[in-house]
Amino acid sequence: MLVILIIVCIGLMAATLVSDFVADPVRTAAGYVITPFQNGINRIGKFVDQQLKGFRDSKELAAENEALQKRIGELMEENNQIILDEQELERLRRLYDLDRSYLEYTKIPAEVISRDPGSWYSTFVINRGTADGIEEGMNVLADGGLAGIVTKTGQSWAEVRAIIHDESSVSAMVVPTQENCIVSGNLQRMESGLIDFSGLRDDDGLVKEGAAIVTSAISSEYLPGLLIGYVAEVRSDPNRLTKSGTLTPAVSFRYLREVLVIREKKQTKD
Amino acid sequence: MMRKFLLALLLWVSFLLQTTIFKNLSFTNVAPNLLLIVTVSCAYMRGRKEGMVVGFFAGLLIDLFYGAFFGYYALLYVLIGFAVGSFWDVFFDKDIKMPLLLVGITDFALNLIIYATRFLVRGRLRFDLYMIEIILPEIVFTMILTLIVYRIVYAINHRFEDRSKEGRHSLWAKE
Repeated sequence: MLVILIIVCIGLMAATLVSDFVADPVRTAAGYVITPFQNGINRIGKFVDQQLKGFRDSKELAAENEALQKRIGELMEENNQIILDEQELERLRRLYDLDRSYLEYTKIPAEVISRDPGSWYSTFVINRGTADGIEEGMNVLADGGLAGIVTKTGQSWAEVRAIIHDESSVSAMVVPTQENCIVSGNLQRMESGLIDFSGLRDDDGLVKEGAAIVTSAISSEYLPGLLIGYVAEVRSDPNRLTKSGTLTPAVSFRYLREVLVIREKKQTKD
Repeated sequence: MMRKFLLALLLWVSFLLQTTIFKNLSFTNVAPNLLLIVTVSCAYMRGRKEGMVVGFFAGLLIDLFYGAFFGYYALLYVLIGFAVGSFWDVFFDKDIKMPLLLVGITDFALNLIIYATRFLVRGRLRFDLYMIEIILPEIVFTMILTLIVYRIVYAINHRFEDRSKEGRHSLWAKE
C-alpha cells in the first residue's frame, strides 16, 4: 500500500515535469467543487466586515470625524503639492521615454479567493480562468503596481505567484538611472513587508531612498514599465561594483482583494 | 460509507477554511494546517492504511491548486499517514495528549522537509529565522486547533464506525 502510493506520487511528479496532461483534467474538475465555495466564503467575509463596521460606537465615530477633518486639511495641502509633482512627473516621464505607461493595456478584473494553505509561499488564486481568457504568464496588477504572474490556470480560476514569493525574481530597472537590477522575494523579510533587489550598477550613487523601481524591458516574463515599488535601503555589495538593498512593494499584499490581469503577454523570441 | 463521506467532507471543508478564512485571520503568513490535523487524527484512530489514503487526498488537494510539482504534497502526506498510523496500537479513545504530540512532531517534520527541499537547496541558510518566524508559530496554531478538529474526527469515526473493522491493520497486531 505504502509502496503503491509512493510510486503513484512520484509518477505524478515525473509526469508533470514532462507535461501537464495528468493534472489538467483533474484541476478542471476540482475547480468546480472548490472555487465556487471559496468565492462564497469570501463574499460572506466581506459582508460580515461591512456589518461589523455598522456596530461601532458613536463616540468613537465623533472622535474619528474630528480627526478626519483635521486630516482633510493636511491632505488638501498635500494634494496641491502632489498636483505640482504630477506635472513634474509627466514632464520627466516624457523625458525618460516611459510614456508608454501601462494604462493602455487591456485588463481583466478579478478577485482573490484563496491563498496558499502552507506558510512558506505567497501564491494566491483568483476567480477568473481560461474561460475568461486568462493564460499562464500573464502579468497581474493591484493598487497600481505589479502584484505577480499567472502560473497555473483552470477553467474558472488561476494561480498567481506574487512578487514577494520566495522563488520569484523579476528583471527590473531603477527609474532615475535606467540601470537594471533583479528584484526577488524573500520570506525572511515577509514580516517587514520588504523585498530584495540586487546586482544594481550605480557608480555615481544616484539611486536614493524612494527611487521607483519598474520592470525592465529585457525581462522575459514581465511587460516593461510596470511599477514594482520604491527603494527603501541601498548598500554597496562586497565586490564594490554593484549595489543591493530592499524596496517597498507598491502593492500591499496583506490586504490583497481585487487585482487586474493584463491580457497582453510579454513578447519573447518565438 | 457514511463515515467515508463525512471524512471526505471534512477534508474539503478544511481545505476551504485553510485557504480562505485562516489565511485572512493570520497576522503573518502563517496559518494552521487543518489538513495535517485531519490526516494525523485519522491515521492515529484507524491505522496506516486509512492514514495513507486520507493523507494522499489531503496532499492532492493542495497539489491541485498550489505547489510546483504535482504529487509533492501528496507524497509528504502519505508518508505522514503511514508514520502516524504505526501509532495506532497505542490509540486510546479520548486521550488528547498523544494526538497533540503527534501533530506537533509531524508538523515540524513536514516543515523541515519543505525547508530542506525547497529553501535550503536554493541557498537560504538562515534556518533559525525560518524556525522562529514560520515553523514554530505554525506548530502552535496547528496544535491549538487539534483540540477541536480531533474531537470532530473522533465523533465521525465513533458514531459511524463500520462494524467490520476494515482498515484496522497494524504491523504488530496482525489478525
